[in-house]
Amino acid sequence: MRTVMTGNYASAYGAKLARAEVIAAYPITPQTSIVEKLADLVATGELRAEFIPVESEHSAMAACIAAQTAGARTYTATSSHGLTLMHEVLMWASGARLPIVMTNVSRAMAPPWSVWVDHMDSVAQRDTGWMQFFCQSNQEVLDTIIMAYKVCESRGVMLPAMIIEDAFILSHTSEPVDMPEQELVDSFLPAYAPEIKLEVGKPMGFGSLVKPDQYMEFRYKTALAMKEAHDRILRVEKEFRNIFGRDHGGLLEEYRCDDADVVLAAAGSVAATAKDVVDAFRAKGSRVGLARIRAFRPFPHEEVRALAAKVDGLAVLDRSYTFGAGGAMFTEVKASVYSGPKRPVVKNYIAGLGGRDITPKILGLIFEDILIVTRRGEADEVEWVDVAGLPRRWR
Amino acid sequence: MSKTTIPEEEFTYPGGTGCPGCGANLVMRYLLKGLGERTVVSIPACCWAVMPGYWPSNCLKVPLLYTAFEATGAAISGLRAALDVKGVEDVTVVGFAGDGGTVDIGLQALSGAAERRTDAIYVMYDNEAYMNTGIQRSGSTPWGAWTTTTPVGTNHAFKHEPKKDIMAIMQAHRIPYAATVSVAHPEDFIKKVQKAKAIKGFKFVHALSPCPPGWRMNPVNTIEVARLAVDTHMFPLYEIEMGKVRITRKGKGLPVGEYLKLQGRFSHLTEAEISSIQAAIDESWRILLAKESSGT
Repeated sequence: MRTVMTGNYASAYGAKLARAEVIAAYPITPQTSIVEKLADLVATGELRAEFIPVESEHSAMAACIAAQTAGARTYTATSSHGLTLMHEVLMWASGARLPIVMTNVSRAMAPPWSVWVDHMDSVAQRDTGWMQFFCQSNQEVLDTIIMAYKVCESRGVMLPAMIIEDAFILSHTSEPVDMPEQELVDSFLPAYAPEIKLEVGKPMGFGSLVKPDQYMEFRYKTALAMKEAHDRILRVEKEFRNIFGRDHGGLLEEYRCDDADVVLAAAGSVAATAKDVVDAFRAKGSRVGLARIRAFRPFPHEEVRALAAKVDGLAVLDRSYTFGAGGAMFTEVKASVYSGPKRPVVKNYIAGLGGRDITPKILGLIFEDILIVTRRGEADEVEWVDVAGLPRRWR
Repeated sequence: MSKTTIPEEEFTYPGGTGCPGCGANLVMRYLLKGLGERTVVSIPACCWAVMPGYWPSNCLKVPLLYTAFEATGAAISGLRAALDVKGVEDVTVVGFAGDGGTVDIGLQALSGAAERRTDAIYVMYDNEAYMNTGIQRSGSTPWGAWTTTTPVGTNHAFKHEPKKDIMAIMQAHRIPYAATVSVAHPEDFIKKVQKAKAIKGFKFVHALSPCPPGWRMNPVNTIEVARLAVDTHMFPLYEIEMGKVRITRKGKGLPVGEYLKLQGRFSHLTEAEISSIQAAIDESWRILLAKESSGT
């Protein structure tokens, strides 16, 4: 059924179609309407689930962990400070190998207070053992939640996943969304049936103390699982396409990259704007393209290397900044390229923090700059874009 | 020979790694005797996170979910929700946490679970300090006690703040049942646990848990010290059922010095300081008696 909905409703309906059984959530702007919608769906009986109105995000994740351990499919949603409050238990979820799916409406961190889009919250969780999917449309939000459960719950993976919506740009903007039929989703995503769960009559300890001669093996297995997740994401998306007739481009979505001289790599909703800018540059004869980083964890190293092999310059746009290092997307891209057959010019552009618009004009400036530095064959590492006090060409 | 009403079946295997004379070991043992096999337990960071033993061994005969230090209240809510959604009935969900994990870092999640009326029993085994990390003060450490972070010295001699009244905090949540229990009174202990099991909603059990290393006492004295805590009114045994207070053992009303003198953590106290503890206990006991007679 084709309908119009916000990114937050797409999240809520994604969880509903996936038949989440336990939902524990705490409200935070701009995630709130996800929680409200789910509470409503449970109250009206449209979704048969237990809704736990917890007293914090830390408790939201801790409750999901417990419920998932006991064999229930769980879902939660949060944003910025809520996500970072969860940090400890995010690691718990992946360490316990629980396939929890969560939406994070990506928002800036305070101080100063800001409720607008920024990827710092999500990027700061990159080491927690969660898969991370940055979305560019509400359709993708809904579809990715359904796909994520299938990837997460598959044998050999058993890891959690975070579906990332840009604050307001997706969370509160209505777009046409195709709501798949429940029967189709059920045929794609069977009920959660873990091999091992906490149940009465089977005494087991979940999360026991281990000695130094045991601990590393647990982490190594998690590392292998995340590696396995890479291929599983592609396979599940292929299966999804066969049933629902659409996909969202794998881990790294390429747009007009095949004959490109330079490519912009970016994550989230800005990619949709950037595709228009690519078209405009192409119309003027500039061979530019866009690579959308859809999966940040597992990071698409192989895909980035293959991309780097066919271009001369790579601009990497970060909507967050890792102080003392650089943009997180940039450091990952550069690390990928280092061991590839060809090392193009790579430059980092920091833009759009705290909800500042990344306009077509700004993206145009970035494309022009990467074309120039690529011709020159060298680049400064990091450029902050559209910041007061910087040279006029960047405003 | 007198017949005991304590269930014979054991739900803990030997091999746990508790210290000699550990009160918390007995708290778990009596708790599970009272609850039986259809029980699931969640334990945060505390002595009992270590005591079941190293993976893959585990000394409990019921499923055990370890959780983060501050998360017990949330974990038991999640367990109950999963059981409910799966239609699994007649299972008692238990949160089993130390005093620091309850009155300090875990207070928020505990309050949340109580306010949500989570159908579970939350047991706080109270050894009156962070014992697993090596005897640091908690909000449940009593006035006058030595710990490693309330050292006895010229500038900062012992703990100067009274113990948090967790039972009053729980009573303020208007939960259907809360009780104090002692390892020196297992029949009273098990009766209360079984009562809690039969009541739907959020139940709280406060167990005093003598800790020989932390209390600087001889491990052979665990039961004696637990009994003296009751008999001196330092730790009265009572229950609050639907808001009504009932004292289950009046105790002998012995001078508190009898309780304090067996524990090195109080050995620095002067007669005047012991008298001030006695005065505080007498006042608390008077208030408790008044609550009982007024039925609130």
